[in-house]
Amino acid sequence: MSTAVADNKPAAAEVVPTFTATLMIRRFDPEVDEEPRWEDFDVELYETDRVLDALHKIKWEMDGSLTFRRSCAHGICGSDAMRINGRNRLACKTLIKDLDISKPIYVEAIKGLPLEKDLIVDMEPFFDSFKEVNPFLMAGPVKGGKERKQSPVERARFDDTTKCILCAACTSSCPVFWTDGQYFGPAAIVNAHRFIFDSRDEGAGVRLDILNDKEGVWRCRTTFNCTDACPRGIQVTQAIAEVKQAIIKGKP
Amino acid sequence: MSLIEAPRTPTRGHRTGGINWEKWGWIYMRASGVVLIVLIFGHLFVNLVAGEGVKAIDFAFVGGKLADPFWIVWDGLMLWLALIHGGNGMRTLVNDYATNPKVRKVLLIGIAASTVILIILGTLVITTFDPCPAGADPALLPSFCEAS
Repeated sequence: MSTAVADNKPAAAEVVPTFTATLMIRRFDPEVDEEPRWEDFDVELYETDRVLDALHKIKWEMDGSLTFRRSCAHGICGSDAMRINGRNRLACKTLIKDLDISKPIYVEAIKGLPLEKDLIVDMEPFFDSFKEVNPFLMAGPVKGGKERKQSPVERARFDDTTKCILCAACTSSCPVFWTDGQYFGPAAIVNAHRFIFDSRDEGAGVRLDILNDKEGVWRCRTTFNCTDACPRGIQVTQAIAEVKQAIIKGKP
Repeated sequence: MSLIEAPRTPTRGHRTGGINWEKWGWIYMRASGVVLIVLIFGHLFVNLVAGEGVKAIDFAFVGGKLADPFWIVWDGLMLWLALIHGGNGMRTLVNDYATNPKVRKVLLIGIAASTVILIILGTLVITTFDPCPAGADPALLPSFCEAS
């Protein structure tokens, strides 16, 4: 028995290959800097590392003052949306090896929201728009029985827009939102869509009225930036188009 | 007066009746776009392809076209739809990209003025065009006027 255990001893751990990548990070410390500045870091990384791991390495081993948001680190919480090589993505879902590491990787905060520090922006205007569309079930007492029943087909109608994690990648990739923060933005419309097309909800008229405004769906220019940016693969532009159609028809 | 706002109080005022210009502007762009495709390609085909093709275009060709009520309506429709379509498109661009309120105002007034002036001038030409005005110097008139 003891010899068998000795035989199973693993061979000396293989050295996992690493590579060095350069990250250019747009830093901003409101107490020191007048303007944001770019700072570069050379980080040694594994094949399996994501941009978030690189940021951790910088924060934990090189410069503790680097500030960014992250919570679950697995693409569910939506805390770490940032602009990586000019595209809005989640740092925790972007593998370094999928980027071109022969050039520096540019990481900056998402655009269109007030910059607070380094990669952190003030999300309040974004959530204000979200709150504005009444993102909760609006329904009276249940008629007949105790449950609000829904068929699988009715559920599938709005399935795509239930996937939103409110990371703001779509809204902060929208050129209309960049120049006019008053626009509701794709994320708010997606979350309105989720209830407008829910057969159990009775507040569709209210939400359509809210979005049928000067800063509502009519400001959408169908540039598809939001659909490209969505880390959850939601067909955002299509959802906005469906809301437009619902407004014209007066019902979902 | 309460210290705490009622929950779910909207943070911005919502529109209260009146014509929803943004919505109708959006619908107009789609509807006029579809009609313009037919009008413009019809116009291009008749002028450039049909009959003798592009060689046929001269003063007499234009004069002949604008003597026909069908083409007056066609060209008039094209003029109005295209200029309002283009003007509204440029208004949208200004709304999206001109952040300075003064610059925005100047640009919007400029777009509105040029659209209105072009529509009035164009309509005037289309509806009152006469290739052989009475009492004009015969030397300045095109040759086909002598026939009439």
